[in-house]
Amino acid sequence: MAIRSTDPQQQTPGSQDSGSGAGHRRITNRQRELLWALIFMSPWIIGFLIFMAGPMLWSLWLSFTDYDPLVPNTNFVGIENYQELFSDPNIRTSLWNTVFFTIFNVPGTILSGLALALLLDKVGRAAGFFRTAFYMPNITPAVAVGALFLLLLNGRDGIVNQALRAVGLPGPSWLNDPAWIKPGIIVMMLWSVGSTVIIYFAALRNVPQVLYEAARVDGANAWQQFRRITVPMISGAIFFTLIINTIASLQLFTEVYAMFFGSQQSGAAGEAALFYVIYLFRNAFEFFNMGYASAMAWLLFAVIGVITFVQVKTSKRWVYYEGGE
Amino acid sequence: MAIQDREQGQQVDRSFVPGVEHPEAATKSGSKVGSFLARAVFLIMLLGATALFVYPLIWLLSASLKPPAEVFSNDFIGSELRFDNYTRLFAMAPMLKWTWNSLIVTFLAASTVTISSALVAFAFAYFRFPYRNVIFSIVLATMMLPGAVLMIPQFLIWDTLGFNNTLYPLWAGNLFGSAFYIFMLRQFFLGLPRELFEAANVDGAGYFRMWRSVALPLTRSALIVVFIFELKVAWTDLVRPLIFLRDVELFTLPRGLKAIIDNPQIGGQQQWELLAAASVVVTVPMILIFFAFQRYFIEGIATTGSTGK
Repeated sequence: MAIRSTDPQQQTPGSQDSGSGAGHRRITNRQRELLWALIFMSPWIIGFLIFMAGPMLWSLWLSFTDYDPLVPNTNFVGIENYQELFSDPNIRTSLWNTVFFTIFNVPGTILSGLALALLLDKVGRAAGFFRTAFYMPNITPAVAVGALFLLLLNGRDGIVNQALRAVGLPGPSWLNDPAWIKPGIIVMMLWSVGSTVIIYFAALRNVPQVLYEAARVDGANAWQQFRRITVPMISGAIFFTLIINTIASLQLFTEVYAMFFGSQQSGAAGEAALFYVIYLFRNAFEFFNMGYASAMAWLLFAVIGVITFVQVKTSKRWVYYEGGE
Repeated sequence: MAIQDREQGQQVDRSFVPGVEHPEAATKSGSKVGSFLARAVFLIMLLGATALFVYPLIWLLSASLKPPAEVFSNDFIGSELRFDNYTRLFAMAPMLKWTWNSLIVTFLAASTVTISSALVAFAFAYFRFPYRNVIFSIVLATMMLPGAVLMIPQFLIWDTLGFNNTLYPLWAGNLFGSAFYIFMLRQFFLGLPRELFEAANVDGAGYFRMWRSVALPLTRSALIVVFIFELKVAWTDLVRPLIFLRDVELFTLPRGLKAIIDNPQIGGQQQWELLAAASVVVTVPMILIFFAFQRYFIEGIATTGSTGK
């Protein structure tokens, strides 16, 4: 912004009145600048054309064909793939699994992230240490998280069930019982709430302390301070994590694929853990139904677009931005 | 909003200076958590939460050093320390090769994306050209694209170019910059006073020199944040190795770990201690990098809001 405001070409004294020669030079300066801007931008322009715009169009075209890399000829099938989306029971299953997971995971992440950030905010000097501890799961590679939870959630011997039995609860069969597979996955994904905590913690520290002092003078209790000051003041951060976590939850793939899919095939888990992007991936790269998978990708794009749009629109009611909009 | 973000970042930055960590909080906690009981509850919650996040990782490490029969026991140290779990793992699976592949891909991915994104970001921050804001909003819009939409055609493009079953598709896309990093670095470049560039110009520096000798050195910490973020993304990625790599010799560590989960012969269901050991091997480099660059990790997540996941 600061850069845009100053324009040396226009401010150079005498540039307007020094005749046609100077005017000509000014244009070449402009052109030179444009040329350099293009040179600097060229990586993105090439990447955008070859790896974004091109693929988008290609994918759109594929979604109207029965393209299969193993079959020599490809046929245009019109909207058949899109019609099949509505009759394919696996689409219904995977959409349901994905929505179920998102509905629990996103509010779960926001609430537990907020609770942990508030906890951290009270720590004082040692907050840095605990913040690091909370963030450890986030630097664990997703495949390793999957492997780790295969061990932790083991129905017979896993430490989660050991702990449950220690307090007298029956340990469910997290990895085999269709009713418990998704709850297990939600627990696993909540384990990496740390990045959300860091965002809230940073936001909490930016809330001016005078607001709390003023509220205390007016006799506000802790809950009122939290409800009327803390939540509005960090609503921007909450909104941000809502959007990011929703988009990420709808595209859940790596941890679950690592645990339940691949060359080893688990029976019950195949249904209960079939998330949308996993089904898309399997269609594309295991069954090679790339046309159909492309149609799936566009449906996902539309769903994410609609949900994000609704979230952004409704955010105006509850997100507070300092200094108006 | 963008500018606000940057200001936020600077405030956060200040609180990271050792010793001056949020002085209000220290005094505040004294009065707020006044009574002994409240303090005890607070401590239990804090330590309980910490244990939930850290203990599984410690358990994983300890499980990787146990005899097979004791993997699931809750003792820190089994009846003996089996360091040979690791030698067995490295003998049974080409772990060294996988580690090497991961190192190459990760380093190339992070360095190329940092340089290319810095170039493009500079174009949007410094130069004035027609439709600049329109083009920039296209850059921002590409951030919204779900990876799943591009997965298939990008596979087909790399395949057409003859790079299927090579390591190139795992990093070479980064030669073209990444929208999120472009956005982030542009913010930092915009924060530099334009006079610096004018001065360099007067001294006869070309645009490339301005970028290289003025813009980059002054935004060093932002560049490190980008580099570190991409290190994490590239090191942990499973999707692209799954799509592009067929030969076991070409696998990266995450792809290798997936193969170990899948294959009971190398690890998998029967040999849990080897699965734990392989998970440790994949995780430890990230933890080391995290502790070496912790400040940049946290700063990056807190200021830009994130990608942490």
